[in-house]
Amino acid sequence: MKKHLPLLAGLLLGTAAAAETPVLNVYAPDYFGSEWGPGPGIEAGFEEFCACDLKFVTGDVLPRLLLEGERTKADVVIGLNTDVTKRARETGLFAGHGQDNGALTLPIEWADDTFLPFNWSYVSFVYDTTKIDNPPSSFEELANAPEDLKIVIQDPRTSISGLALMLWVKSVYGDEAEDYWARLAPRITTVTKGWSEAYGLFTDGEVPMVLSFNTSPAYHIVAEEDESKASAIFSDGHYAFFELAGKIASTDQPELADQFMAYVMSSDFQSMIPTTNWSYPAALATADWPQAFQDLPAPDKALFYTEDEAAAIRDEALAEWRAALSQ
Amino acid sequence: MARGSLAISVGAVFAALILFLTLGTLAAVAWRAEGLSQLSSDDWGAIRFTLWQALVSALISVTFAIPIARALARRSFPGRSLIIALLGAPFILPTIVAILGLIAVFGQSGLVSSALGLLAIPPIQIYGAHGVILAHVFFNLPLATRLLLQAWLSVPSEQLRIAESLSLSRWGMWRATELPLLRETLPGAFLVIFLLCMTSFAIALALGGGPRATTVELAIYEAFRFDFDLGRAARLGLIQVAICGAVALLSIFFTVPQARMSGLDGTIEWWDRSGVAKWLDASSVLLAVAFLLTPLALLLARGAPYLTDLPASIWAAAATSIAVAVASTALVIVASLSLAIAAGQLKRGEGIGDGLSTIILATSPLVMGTGLFIMIFPFMNPLGLALPVTVAVNTVLSVPFALRVLMPALRAVEEAYGPLADALDLRGWARLRWLILPRLKRPLGFAAGLAAALSMGDLGVIALFGNGEQQTLPLAMFQLMGSYRLDQAAAAGLVLVALSFGIFYAIDRGGRANADI
Repeated sequence: MKKHLPLLAGLLLGTAAAAETPVLNVYAPDYFGSEWGPGPGIEAGFEEFCACDLKFVTGDVLPRLLLEGERTKADVVIGLNTDVTKRARETGLFAGHGQDNGALTLPIEWADDTFLPFNWSYVSFVYDTTKIDNPPSSFEELANAPEDLKIVIQDPRTSISGLALMLWVKSVYGDEAEDYWARLAPRITTVTKGWSEAYGLFTDGEVPMVLSFNTSPAYHIVAEEDESKASAIFSDGHYAFFELAGKIASTDQPELADQFMAYVMSSDFQSMIPTTNWSYPAALATADWPQAFQDLPAPDKALFYTEDEAAAIRDEALAEWRAALSQ
Repeated sequence: MARGSLAISVGAVFAALILFLTLGTLAAVAWRAEGLSQLSSDDWGAIRFTLWQALVSALISVTFAIPIARALARRSFPGRSLIIALLGAPFILPTIVAILGLIAVFGQSGLVSSALGLLAIPPIQIYGAHGVILAHVFFNLPLATRLLLQAWLSVPSEQLRIAESLSLSRWGMWRATELPLLRETLPGAFLVIFLLCMTSFAIALALGGGPRATTVELAIYEAFRFDFDLGRAARLGLIQVAICGAVALLSIFFTVPQARMSGLDGTIEWWDRSGVAKWLDASSVLLAVAFLLTPLALLLARGAPYLTDLPASIWAAAATSIAVAVASTALVIVASLSLAIAAGQLKRGEGIGDGLSTIILATSPLVMGTGLFIMIFPFMNPLGLALPVTVAVNTVLSVPFALRVLMPALRAVEEAYGPLADALDLRGWARLRWLILPRLKRPLGFAAGLAAALSMGDLGVIALFGNGEQQTLPLAMFQLMGSYRLDQAAAAGLVLVALSFGIFYAIDRGGRANADI
């Protein structure tokens, strides 16, 4: 019995220590927290110095937050997107992010003190270079492309990238957007609920081109050493897609939450983003990006709607999209 | 009647639980929304399309199921029991896997189009309303076949022998045995499939080619995920239940229950040994097998090379999914058997059973998940409840299939042996142990197999309850896809299908055991 005592004591002490470790609950999308996403690396990196337990709570971030309201258990939320943050902001659940927007390295000016971008990319059409020799270089060329250039897109009503494409077209065509969708319709093989189905159809060879991000080919280049995927760069400019983090005002761990927001801006965090999230880091000089990311083709012009603009035109743009594609 | 009262009270508990998880969750969403929102004209368009495609899909599925089930019921040939088991496979496919499998066969660069290309014929166009129907028939033809086959196999061989010794003509045979059988079984099978097609959405969208193929379920998803308009979601959910209820009432109207005769167990290869009939039967079965199994074979070929690349965590996720499936299956069997027994005791009991089934199938899993969240959250943190909630929801969602199989089978047993059992004073557990369970072996096996396979999926409720720690196989597959690992996702999909099918095959043995001669 005696020799078990130290063990027992150790167990008790260990439990006591564990009970005192503060927990930081971070709500994140599924892909973010998965072992193939950036979550595990970020958790390890942050826990190295925070003396805390970082917990990713993964799932439908915004719906869950809206349902929980003021009684939310979240301390920090990560993985929101600019086109839906209006709704999140209106809850009044968020505190200021407390970071210096000047340290961001984005293609646009960032003035929001509530939501902090941590990664970004351009919405783009990705194509198979073995099947398309002359990729379209504008929306016009895409609509007038040869008969066999078919694309799959995502539904703006169910997919965040589908919504971004709808806003992209609206920002290029304005009042002519419905007409453009009608002209693009013959190119569209089908519309999927989410990004995964569409990208799966593309990699399975059903279509030579798919709506995705200009950083998508980096995955194939870096992880698969496959150079056959590239993004078509449009002279119209590309819609920029940002993912954001925010601090919950009612958090019971305000200091830890602030520490985490600061960690989001650190080069440690930022340098994990490219090859785990397959997107550009939001606060890292281009020279510090992995080579494959520096080499990715990128547009000259970033198009972007603020959340108010996006919310204001969404219903109208959606009606145009539906009308044009339902014929 | 101790047995009656116990069965009725256990059945009542499960019925209450089912109503809580269906209409209760819908009410919770409406309450939280503080009223119902107005519907747009787009919503009405979605309702029309949903109704239309569900009617057509269900009609085609049950129509084609008749010759297939008939052929399988009256012929014996090598591999027959394997084919019957494999027929369960499409029904249990996760939708995203099914989409990729169907498109591998019928897509622009799919098998069929490539074959036509060799003959210089342009590729077929799968995308459109016909694509939606094709996909729904792919999913539901096997279910319809199994439901009809179950009915055909319940015809005692004695009846067939009598018919044969009376030299009944082919027409007489059809009128005396098969037509009554179909009049009893078809409306129910039609209803189940109609309801399943009503709540489909990812498949309808992808194969429908775009917003023309918007279903009510998609509108509910949009209302929850994008607009967070709970009022609109609740109203759409109510409309879905109302439409399904109306169709269910119609189907009861068309159902003609039959008196049965009973016999000793045993199946024989029956009548019509003419060449033409044999040829027809063979081609029905071959066509069905080709249609249903080619996409599965292509999925196998797609995923198999990457099985060795799967991360170790997949196997933990698989173990979790199996645990969920086993727990749900046990609950489904207890729930549906007690509901079926209770239904048998009550006047219009089967109508109540059908009503419950309809309500379950008409309830959107999204409404169920959100409603549960709204109800649980004030009392405790729903995070970490992912697995219990998944088990509960999977159980409820599987009950309609089990009831559809068990209620008619139980009625047949009671009609045939009930008076004798009553005379012998065989009651309570003894009746269950010595009469009901042995006679229900086949339908119970099929019901349990279906429940287990269905529960391998998590049907979309986990998204609100997950805490990132407990992972199920469908979720793991989705995460692989979301992080570009499509090859591994294909392999994970293969594991999911293989496990679902394996579990179905293992439990469903009863459906094949005495179907063999």
